[in-house]
Amino acid sequence: MHIHWSNFTPWTSLAGGMLIGLAVAMLILLNGRIAGISGIVGGLLRPDRGDIAWRLAFVAGLVGAPLLYGAVIALPAVTVAAGSGTLIAAGLLVGVGTRYGAGCTSGHGVCGLSRLSLRSAVATATFMAAGFAVVFVLRHLLA
Amino acid sequence: MQLFTALIAGLIFGIGLILSGMSDPAKVLGFLDLAGNWDPSLIFVMGGAILVAFPAFRLAGRRRRTLLGAPLQLPSANRITPRLVTGALAFGAGWGLAGYCPGPALASLAGGGLKPLLFSGAMLAGMGVFEVLERRAARRRK
Repeated sequence: MHIHWSNFTPWTSLAGGMLIGLAVAMLILLNGRIAGISGIVGGLLRPDRGDIAWRLAFVAGLVGAPLLYGAVIALPAVTVAAGSGTLIAAGLLVGVGTRYGAGCTSGHGVCGLSRLSLRSAVATATFMAAGFAVVFVLRHLLA
Repeated sequence: MQLFTALIAGLIFGIGLILSGMSDPAKVLGFLDLAGNWDPSLIFVMGGAILVAFPAFRLAGRRRRTLLGAPLQLPSANRITPRLVTGALAFGAGWGLAGYCPGPALASLAGGGLKPLLFSGAMLAGMGVFEVLERRAARRRK
């Protein structure tokens, strides 16, 4: 294993992670809901009365975040190497997979692990293993 | 009030994603590339988030209502099912393909560019497919 020290950003990643944790804490202690992004968004496609507005408000904050961030400090440069076809295939897999798997990096990863849920730990280990495997195949076997 | 707190939580969540590096697919793929030039930063994202969320869930576990008086809805599912594992496998594969998971993709939309839009549109379509299949399965069970 070789660590890419020049890309390593422990402090900003830790600070960003703590902000994510703060948002999770707010949503459970004030709204009584789990901050799982795929669950919050997926619930919008299953309209139940009285259960839509808070989801829309949360998603509006999430989508609006780069506008506020960019107004205060410049948005960091990002690189999306994937082409259109790959992005669409990946989006479909993520959409179907997170709903069947009942959660994503936030719902299972952050919230589930914080609740010491074995079910979420299994889901997190599974999607991480799949991510590691796909990147290994794409970058080291096929490249 | 509940709408306001949800909006602020979404905003803080999104700012955290951007600051942490999660909204950069190249950085996420650098974390998933164990055999290459590995970037362990995302362990710190997860660690920082759990550090703050863990005590919040401990407190939540002792209460029936939130600090604002709303019902506390903690998940009750604890079974490890084939459905959970297959879903997580599909999600992980998609995550490894493009480097986006749901939160960062949505928090990248307003930054501009077609790519987060393509991914997010496909993700919503995938979630829509799930809803259609679920409803069909529910009808068949009746």
